[in-house]
Amino acid sequence: MLRSSFLNDLNQLKVDLNKMCYLVIKQLENGIDAFKNDDKELAKTVILKDKEVNDMERKIEAACLNLILRQQPIARDLRDISTALKIVTDLERIGDQIADICETIIRLNAKHAFKMVEDIPEMAEIATKMVRDAIQSFNDNDIILAKEVKLRDDRVDELFNNVKLELVEITKNAPDQIDACIEFTIIAKYLERIGDHAVNICEWTEFQETGEMDHTRLI
Amino acid sequence: MENKIVAKNLNLWYGEKQALKNIDLDIKEKSITAFIGPSGCGKSTFLKTLNRMNDYVDNIRIEGDVILDGENIYADGVDTTILRKKVGMVFQQPNPFPMTIYDNVAYGPRIHGIKDRKTLDKIVEESLKDAALYDEVKDRLHTNALGLSGGQQQRLCIARCLAVEPEVILLDEPTSALDPISTLKIEELLMELKAKYTIAIVTHNMQQASRIADYTAFFLIGEMIEYGKTDDLFSRPQDERTENYITGRFG
Ligand SMILES: Nc1ncnc2c1ncn2[C@@H]1O[C@H](COP(=O)(O)OP(=O)(O)OP(=O)(O)O)[C@@H](O)[C@H]1O
Ligand SMILES: [Mg+2]
Repeated sequence: MLRSSFLNDLNQLKVDLNKMCYLVIKQLENGIDAFKNDDKELAKTVILKDKEVNDMERKIEAACLNLILRQQPIARDLRDISTALKIVTDLERIGDQIADICETIIRLNAKHAFKMVEDIPEMAEIATKMVRDAIQSFNDNDIILAKEVKLRDDRVDELFNNVKLELVEITKNAPDQIDACIEFTIIAKYLERIGDHAVNICEWTEFQETGEMDHTRLI
Repeated sequence: MENKIVAKNLNLWYGEKQALKNIDLDIKEKSITAFIGPSGCGKSTFLKTLNRMNDYVDNIRIEGDVILDGENIYADGVDTTILRKKVGMVFQQPNPFPMTIYDNVAYGPRIHGIKDRKTLDKIVEESLKDAALYDEVKDRLHTNALGLSGGQQQRLCIARCLAVEPEVILLDEPTSALDPISTLKIEELLMELKAKYTIAIVTHNMQQASRIADYTAFFLIGEMIEYGKTDDLFSRPQDERTENYITGRFG
């Protein structure tokens, strides 16, 4: 086998990306648990650990750019490296959003906040599962799963709209709750964005396998 | 795009050894087609079948057809001098003749009977211009061509090839002995020339093929494994052997 040092580097890239994937899933699960259980300590841990996610993004980006510069990858290698370069951005954004949710929870300082708005628990559940499955589709090169995960995004959008309507109702009846309602809107928006990033990961998974995204040829 | 050359079921043996196996390949007019593949896979052999440069090799046997503009170049009675005027060739090592720059370029036209000084002057100037060499040598046309740099010598060989007004230009690793700047100059030149000529090039440089070729064919041990648009071949090769070769995982 030729180019063993290139293959080693590519392998290391995959190992790091895998680590980052699981770190982000862990962050997401912890963030949602912190939300569910009013656990401010856990929320703080998630916020602190976000730096690790950011550092991994930089490290992987640098490794990708270095491989492009030195090896001029083509074919599958090029798709692997460009996919890695794109997916780290989505992973990093998911990390940011869950850290932001944690900050909101700390600010909110409410008991049982998680269940206050009817559709937020379901949103959180679907968005988390979407991220987990998007990452699985990426790791297994499973386009069928990727396509299926993308479809779930409609439900997240629908729930987001429900949440907005619910919050409008609450503010009408309890104007003193307006601050909390704004925080809940922000949380719901973050969850909706997390779903979008899961969709992006699925699209890059499809690209990695086919060179196409949404039936458009990229390379 | 029209087919300029069509190879049909082409087989070639050097003695007992088969060097080309059932090659079917169309070369499109006014485009650049690259041949890639590991050393000894038959790229040069195939290129040479396109203007019958192999004719004089001992013990060679060729079966199949090579159709140029609808005519089989291996048919009885084909005049190979006319064929090679139409299908010119540039080799890996620049090989200017040991004579002046002017005489190098005028060599072909003279062989084809052009004697008029003014006509020759014009052909020499235009060929050198087309080969992007004229500005560098216009003040020393009557000095020895061997005094040129390697990159200039290779462009001189291209000018020499253009001087007989070919329709097809075959190039066998024309930049492998050149530095990156001379290489880029030749690549730029080929990109310009393809407006007027059909170009086929053998290269070991994957980046070169992907930079300049419209179509690329991958050869392996005498067979043509995959052939298609260059973008397709380098981004989504269909055959695993192609993928392994172009990504360097061969062997
Ligand atoms: N004149 C010849 N007599 C006998 N065998 C030959 C002759 N020319 C080439 N061969 C053999 O035919 C095969 C193809 O050779 P060819 O020169 O076409 O390869 P190639 O793909 O151009 O390789 P490279 O990339 O090294 O130039 C090789 O095994 C070579 O040894
Ligand atoms: Mg050769």
